Amino acid sequence: MLDWTFLPLTLNQIISPQTIAFALAALGLSVHFGFTGLLNFGQAGFMSVGAYFFAITATRFGFPLWASILAALIGATAFAFLLGIPTLRLRADYLSIVTIAAAEIIRYTVQTPDLTAFTGGSDGINGAEAGFEKLNPFPDRVYKIGVVPYTNDDIWVIVVGWVLVALAALFVWQLMRSPWGRIVKGIREDEDAVRSLGKNVYAFKLQALIIGGILGTLGAIINIIPTSLQPNNYGTQTTFFLWTIMLLGGATTVLGPIIGSIIFWVVLNLSDGFIGILAATHVLPLSQVQQGPVRFIIVGIALMLLVIFRPQGIFGKKKEAHFSV
Amino acid sequence: MSDETAFAQAPAADAAPIVTEPIRPGVPKVDPILIADGVTRQFGGNTAVDVEHVEIPRGKITALIGPNGAGKTTFFNLLTGFDRPNAGTWTFDGSDLAGVPAYKVARRGMVRTFQLTKSLGLLSVLENMRLGATGQLGERFLPSLMPFLWSRRESEITDKAMELLARFKLDTKASDYAASLSGGQRKLLEMARALMSDPTLVMLDEPMAGVNPALTQSLLGHILGLKDSGMTVLFVEHDMHMVQTIADWVIVMAEGKVVAEGYPREVMADQAVIDAYLGAHHDTDLGTLTGQLAIAEEVGISDELIEQIEEELEEEAEEETEDATEGGSK
Repeated sequence: MLDWTFLPLTLNQIISPQTIAFALAALGLSVHFGFTGLLNFGQAGFMSVGAYFFAITATRFGFPLWASILAALIGATAFAFLLGIPTLRLRADYLSIVTIAAAEIIRYTVQTPDLTAFTGGSDGINGAEAGFEKLNPFPDRVYKIGVVPYTNDDIWVIVVGWVLVALAALFVWQLMRSPWGRIVKGIREDEDAVRSLGKNVYAFKLQALIIGGILGTLGAIINIIPTSLQPNNYGTQTTFFLWTIMLLGGATTVLGPIIGSIIFWVVLNLSDGFIGILAATHVLPLSQVQQGPVRFIIVGIALMLLVIFRPQGIFGKKKEAHFSV
Repeated sequence: MSDETAFAQAPAADAAPIVTEPIRPGVPKVDPILIADGVTRQFGGNTAVDVEHVEIPRGKITALIGPNGAGKTTFFNLLTGFDRPNAGTWTFDGSDLAGVPAYKVARRGMVRTFQLTKSLGLLSVLENMRLGATGQLGERFLPSLMPFLWSRRESEITDKAMELLARFKLDTKASDYAASLSGGQRKLLEMARALMSDPTLVMLDEPMAGVNPALTQSLLGHILGLKDSGMTVLFVEHDMHMVQTIADWVIVMAEGKVVAEGYPREVMADQAVIDAYLGAHHDTDLGTLTGQLAIAEEVGISDELIEQIEEELEEEAEEETEDATEGGSK
């Protein structure tokens, strides 16, 4: 029997918390790279820092929800300062090296046995969502969307998540059409030009790094609420998924990363399902273990094709596409 | 044609003397706007800039000339905070500027342009101009989210930008991406953008480089226009003819030092300056055979080459007599 259930399930992927989380984090990445030109290859690190601040304060210290969220935002801001202060004065490539390394350092650090009491080691942290679910206004019953049954808690996080995405999109849109946005867009192209016009380039870059990092953190919170905090979910793979999503939709657009996230997860699910079918029917000579990595090959090829043939993404303007990297 | 009349009159309009003391490198000016002392910059063991003392006269157009590698652009970078000197102090309008970061230098009214034009191609021409404005609250993060706080200032800025663009004949391009402009138009845009902040000193790094002759005329007119509206101009240039046309004062740099300065006519006539820093053959047109012959004879290359050039010259002379219309153009 062939398993075709992935087809209806794919539709639910459109609204899933994972899609929301990646949409928010990719939007943050577009603030970094698309609008300000900061090469951040450690967006997963920003997500991870925020998620740990949120989960540790909620489960270990019993912070109320608002305080945990605040702690997560402070954590992301501190992380941005930590990475930005030494590197933002240097050439753009230094930031990319430092961010990719910092994200990995965090992933390994939280798994060290000595910190297990706080971070839960490689098992991560469960139960950070308690404060969030206490506020759930939806009555406790089963909600069916398509073929998938959702609990009231699932619905709650999905609704809050999409409201958050809408607010974040509005926020970035307004920011980028303001004089502030004009300056960061100038910086992405030539920071000396902007400096010569009397703008404190360093401060703007730091602000952009913080804003994008905070969006990543909000995404991570939405991601861990319905599941749990797993340190290995925030490795380089996540960062490159985010880059693919951002470039797919259009790095210099607001809607791009959001729609990009939806398309990305739908396509990833579909390709996963079809590869499974093809392997089961022996059209493709793949074992079950081999199927998993194939989709990453597809992501890699898609990313290359995108950068070569449509650097502006789906929604971007050709003239605003920039790959001076 | 108003541009041409502008620079025909300009030299005569400056009756006030720039110096009262005998002219020498580092001579004090009657009314200096920028005074630099002991500014040195080394790259490894190489001294790129070593300026003992120099003063830039206020309200005048000063040209900074010198051969490639003389340290003109490095000196520019040092003065504007884009590079840090190994030693030295300088004051602008009486306040100390040494160690002040580039963006603060610009805010104090000393704005520069770059040798390689830095127009921002991914922004529209108008956005480029708006970027040059000052006093826009919307450039701060939190206020930027509340347009009612800055929209009035924004429309003032836009009016001013359009006015300047009209002056530089770029107003029809306002909504185009700056990347679509020609090289010369980008130079104009960069200059116009620098004026958005109403600077007191405008520093132009090779404003005419790569600009066609027709546009050069209007660029010259614009530079003279800056002086007429009360600004001081300091510019780096290689084209001696242009320097002579618009500069009130000329400073010559070589090997990092100020080696000569003075009124353009005198500096240009100074045989030592001409030979050492502009090249002995700066007046010779290397595009002509006679020019090439003169150089070949002096440098003493093989007689063969000299004969060859002479033969070509003769041939050319014959052709010219046959075809009178070509006379003198080649």
